Amino acid sequence: MSRPPSSVFRVLWPPVVFGIAFLLLWETAVKAFDLKPYFLPAPSQVWQQFRDNLDLIWEAASVSGANALIGLLVGTALGVAMSFALARYRLLNDLMSPLAVALNAVPIFVLVAVFNNMFSITSEVPRRLMVTLVVYFIVLVNVARGLREVSPTHLELMRSYAASEAAVLRKVRVPNAVPYLFTALKIAAPASVITAFVSEYFGGSQNGLGSRIVGNISISDNAAAWAYVLGACLLGLTFYLAAVALEGALTPGGKRAEDRA
Amino acid sequence: MSGGLGRRIRRVWMFVLSLFLVALVWELYKWLGPQDGGTVFEWKLLPRANDRAMPHVWEMLSRYAEPERRGFDTPIIVVVLQGAWFSFRLALVGFAMGTLVGLGLAILMARFKVVERGLLPYLVISQTVPLIALAPLVVSWGGKLHIGEFEWPRWLSAAVLGAFLAFFPVAVGTLKGLTSTPPASLELMDSYAASWRQTLFKLRFPAAVPFMIPALRLAATASVIGVVVAEISTGLAGGVGRLIIEYAREATADPAKVYTAVFAAALLGMVMTGMVVLTDLVLMRNRPRETST
Amino acid sequence: MSAVEISRVSKSFNAGRADAVDALVDIDLTIEPGEVVSLIGPSGCGKSTALRLIANLLEPTRGEVLVNGKPARQARLDQDYGMAFQQAGLFDWRSVAQNIELPLELKGWDKARRRQRTLEVLELVKLPEFADHLPWQLSGGMQQRVAIARALAVHPPLLLMDEPFGALDEMTREHMQDELLRICGETSTTVVFVTHSIPEAVYLSTRVVVMSPRPGRITGTIDVDLGTGRDVETREATTFFEKVTEVREALRGIPATGSGVEAVDR
Repeated sequence: MSRPPSSVFRVLWPPVVFGIAFLLLWETAVKAFDLKPYFLPAPSQVWQQFRDNLDLIWEAASVSGANALIGLLVGTALGVAMSFALARYRLLNDLMSPLAVALNAVPIFVLVAVFNNMFSITSEVPRRLMVTLVVYFIVLVNVARGLREVSPTHLELMRSYAASEAAVLRKVRVPNAVPYLFTALKIAAPASVITAFVSEYFGGSQNGLGSRIVGNISISDNAAAWAYVLGACLLGLTFYLAAVALEGALTPGGKRAEDRA
Repeated sequence: MSGGLGRRIRRVWMFVLSLFLVALVWELYKWLGPQDGGTVFEWKLLPRANDRAMPHVWEMLSRYAEPERRGFDTPIIVVVLQGAWFSFRLALVGFAMGTLVGLGLAILMARFKVVERGLLPYLVISQTVPLIALAPLVVSWGGKLHIGEFEWPRWLSAAVLGAFLAFFPVAVGTLKGLTSTPPASLELMDSYAASWRQTLFKLRFPAAVPFMIPALRLAATASVIGVVVAEISTGLAGGVGRLIIEYAREATADPAKVYTAVFAAALLGMVMTGMVVLTDLVLMRNRPRETST
Repeated sequence: MSAVEISRVSKSFNAGRADAVDALVDIDLTIEPGEVVSLIGPSGCGKSTALRLIANLLEPTRGEVLVNGKPARQARLDQDYGMAFQQAGLFDWRSVAQNIELPLELKGWDKARRRQRTLEVLELVKLPEFADHLPWQLSGGMQQRVAIARALAVHPPLLLMDEPFGALDEMTREHMQDELLRICGETSTTVVFVTHSIPEAVYLSTRVVVMSPRPGRITGTIDVDLGTGRDVETREATTFFEKVTEVREALRGIPATGSGVEAVDR
């Protein structure tokens, strides 16, 4: 899947140019209006803080990142397992899907306040549980759809083979659902990181990126806070790129989910 | 269309039933689970099942009738609904602002491919920036903003943060819709020597509506999330986010209290999304409907 | 023993409801082994329904369908037929060879046997070098050839086809018709073919079954005796056009009067 260098350049130059232009604008605005750091730190100051605190940022990122990763893995596993159950048992599907739709509409992360109560004060489990829940519903909705929405021609074909339901599941529904799983992962990966942060706002242990950002803001060290924000964005980006890379590696013939009819 | 109505009623029933089952599982765990938390393969995975950590479902419900603090008269349900109403109005403003910004960006990106290629990655990244960092920025900027007689009210910061989360799904969904017009229709408009603006309003936008509806649903939820997080991080009083934090602090003394606010926040989200769904039903009455979840 | 026997078959949908439809009423049809029979008629005449009754993808409301001397259901369980649809219906996550192996996997054949049969059948449709390609890399016509190869993989005595060439352009279509005749000649397969195209029906068949809608029924059968070695000359022969006219008039409700029908101006 190699692209000619000219085409890679074509794809990359607009975002690079936009990014550099934005940073320059930001830097000059701070200098020109003599903005104080508590109002808006300059990119150069943020970068300085980032380099100075790199080890601390890395530590905090590991905590939040671990929460996000565990929630992502467990949530995906449970979501996939449950979607098989939903495909098999119609009643279960009818029960779960209105609930999934409703929960999709609510700010579900507020449940962390409830979870914090149910576990000990130093536990990371409430955050991991929260991420698991968020990821679970994203994966469930998408994979269940992938198992369900199979081309009618394929189903007729399998019926003409007198194939059992299990064979249809194995040979048609599951391969059909794989692109849906990747669509879900590309949404769930950054969502897991964001949920991990947001879960840290409700108290509990203060080791993650979210709480560090809050901490730095509360002592008006905005440049440091934004250094942690940079770390947070990098973490989210890493998760998203990992999901994209996984899709590229596991999709046969290099056709992405968005390219299918 | 009795079939459709019957299906909808059944879905509502199923939803109620599923809530009942969740409550059942909750109580079952309370009955069977370890009172002080437990371990699964040496990990402290099991939550505490005692009454202070996990109040009974009926305790949560009956709490609504009791007042917020001892000595006051108004039952907490009023307090909590008022908070939800406060946050609802903020979310509405945020939703409106976010939708406008999202639409504008989508049109810009659809018009100039260069803008799409350059800007879209940053729009994606912007959503990974924790709101907790943006909130103080918005508040301090707002504090400095004086346009004539206009003073930036504190609640507007929360609405702006709601808009920040809402604009993204609108921008992405609308962009997808605007760029997925069938080529044959575009050629038709070309043959009428229509300008890009005319094509936009007469063809691209109407064709994009089926893509915009799910995007607006996401934006509704996002605006609620943004507002609630903003309330928590800016300490804005009056909304349901603040209530959740406050009540969570009293959880050891009054365990059921925080649930009243949590359910109100859930209700808020559902009402917000429900409004979008309702608008969709009204607007799309005459179009062939595609089945969705 | 006939290949297909349809006796007094009727098929209704949504019986008892407001949108009840009589797709087929009192159909009788017997097809002998080795025949190529086309079902032709306007939309709603029930030709696709009839095909699906033979395939046991639908059950008749009344009457009986026998395939290869057995009830249609048994014939399906025994894999006595192969089917090709209007969309090739290849699995885009499987290579060409893996697509053809699908029915063989379901029958429990071992890997070596499957591979061998797949290559055989790819040779038959003249696509052996595409075994490891993916469906999206093939043209529409080639995908249909793979679908036909897949239908023939289990060596069925009967081939059921539901407008398989409908999505192809005219030139590819004519080419595919020749290929189909060649393949079925080499394998002596009975073919039941549903089509909208009068020339296609006449060119391919030994017998054309004309159907009409509301309710769906068979209005006539026309024997096509153009001989076995059909080719481009057949398409240009006067006898071909006469048969096409006969079928056309049967479709318009004018009963066939045998040979010597006046040529009708288009």
